[in-house]
Amino acid sequence: MPETILEISHLRKLYDDLRVFEDLSLTVHEGEVIVIVGPSGCGKSTLLRCINALEDIQGGEIRLRGEPVSKENRNLQSIRQKIGMVFQNYELFPHMTVLDNIMLAPVKAQGRKKEEVREEALDLLKRVGLESKADSYPRQLSGGQKQRTAIVRALCMHPEILLFDEVTAALDPEMVREVLEVILDLANQGKTMLVVTHEMQFARAIADRVIFLDEGRICEEGTPDGFFDEPKTERARKFLNTFTFERKGAKN
Amino acid sequence: MDQEFIAEYIPLYREAAVLTVKIGFAGIAAAILLGLICEITDYFRIPVLKRVVAVYIELSRNTPLLIQLFFIYYGLPKLGIHTNAEVCGVAGLAFLGGSYMAEAFRSGVEAIDAIQEESAYSLGLSRFQTIRYVLLPQALTISAPALIANVIFLLKETSVFSAISLMDLMFTAKDLIGLYYSTTESLVLLVVFYLLILLPVSILGSVMERRLRYAGFGV
Ligand SMILES: Nc1ncnc2c1ncn2[C@@H]1O[C@H](COP(=O)(O)OP(=O)(O)O)[C@@H](O)[C@H]1O
Ligand SMILES: [Mg+2]
Repeated sequence: MPETILEISHLRKLYDDLRVFEDLSLTVHEGEVIVIVGPSGCGKSTLLRCINALEDIQGGEIRLRGEPVSKENRNLQSIRQKIGMVFQNYELFPHMTVLDNIMLAPVKAQGRKKEEVREEALDLLKRVGLESKADSYPRQLSGGQKQRTAIVRALCMHPEILLFDEVTAALDPEMVREVLEVILDLANQGKTMLVVTHEMQFARAIADRVIFLDEGRICEEGTPDGFFDEPKTERARKFLNTFTFERKGAKN
Repeated sequence: MDQEFIAEYIPLYREAAVLTVKIGFAGIAAAILLGLICEITDYFRIPVLKRVVAVYIELSRNTPLLIQLFFIYYGLPKLGIHTNAEVCGVAGLAFLGGSYMAEAFRSGVEAIDAIQEESAYSLGLSRFQTIRYVLLPQALTISAPALIANVIFLLKETSVFSAISLMDLMFTAKDLIGLYYSTTESLVLLVVFYLLILLPVSILGSVMERRLRYAGFGV
């Protein structure tokens, strides 16, 4: 059994009166790629934000390699350095070049040497086809390029786990692929990842395990083939049906 | 117009202009510092200080500089604090300008999406590093036009310094008019010297504003 990286147990999360999670548990093992799907508003973003302690939680526990992730933990900063997060709208720093965006945290937060980080950053940029954009500002990039930069920025921290929150949802269709291929490549390298996505083909290709989240519960989980071909619950069937189209009348 | 008169009194105006600039920029620097402190207090929601800042901002914005200067100039000695008119001028300008600068900083900070901060935290940056490297540079870029407008506004406000017998430009002009009835010449010199101070600041300001805009924005 591979080592446990992330353990969420009995997570309870409320926004004022709104109950998002009552009792959610999930274990992520090293090298595992978990895809989280579910209808809008079911709590996918909230879950990822809790894992990064960007949200307060009202009960339960989240541990990264045994260490509690919470705002009370004095080590929160160093724990967050081990959790890479990629946001739907990139959230690059607009006043910095691509290279500075990537180098900021490794140099300032991890205290690594500038030269070493620069070299790695340039190497990573090259791997995602952005070596020529190192000195560009985010506003000079396309959406797909921005998102690839954001992924490199997360990678350069050498995180133990990567969180992706609908990272292609804001992209024009022709740019979706270039970003998904980067993520697929990371999966092939054995990175541990939690991926929230609405790209079902991609989910199927990349997932070791699919989790269907609905009304704040893990409604169903299984292998990608199992989940997509033979969903066990009615809710999952309904959800998956929203991605397929069928014409009732005959085609000429 | 008496050109000889003008030539004779240019040095006097120059001296007064130097005083105006000195007090003006010292006061503006102090105002920026005060504004920054106010905004930091507000941003971190520091309990008691936050209230003090709120009261200060209302007082500062809703009373004329002349009255603020009188309070400082005549009031401080009553509290046992003895200073000179120059320090009072700087203090008065700082008191007036601090609130305007604070508002300018605040508009910059508030214009940044919360998720930018979260993005920095998620990379493991500390709160200080997030402010220093992510929030402050963006806030300053957004605040720049308001900050520059405040600098010009405060420089113009220096014209009431003569009320606490600082020998600034206004004082000099009034003095010469009183002594020689040289209204036209004195006023022309007054306007010219104020323009000499303000135009460069104004031009520099718009250049800076433009450069900042191109350096920093559009996500
Ligand atoms: N900051 C917030 N304050 C209050 N309610 C929120 C907040 N963020 C999300 N919610 C609510 O929590 C629920 C889960 O949201 P979210 O995690 O964004 O869903 P998803 O990412 O699956 O679409 C939704 O009902 C949403 O309206
Ligand atoms: Mg979401």
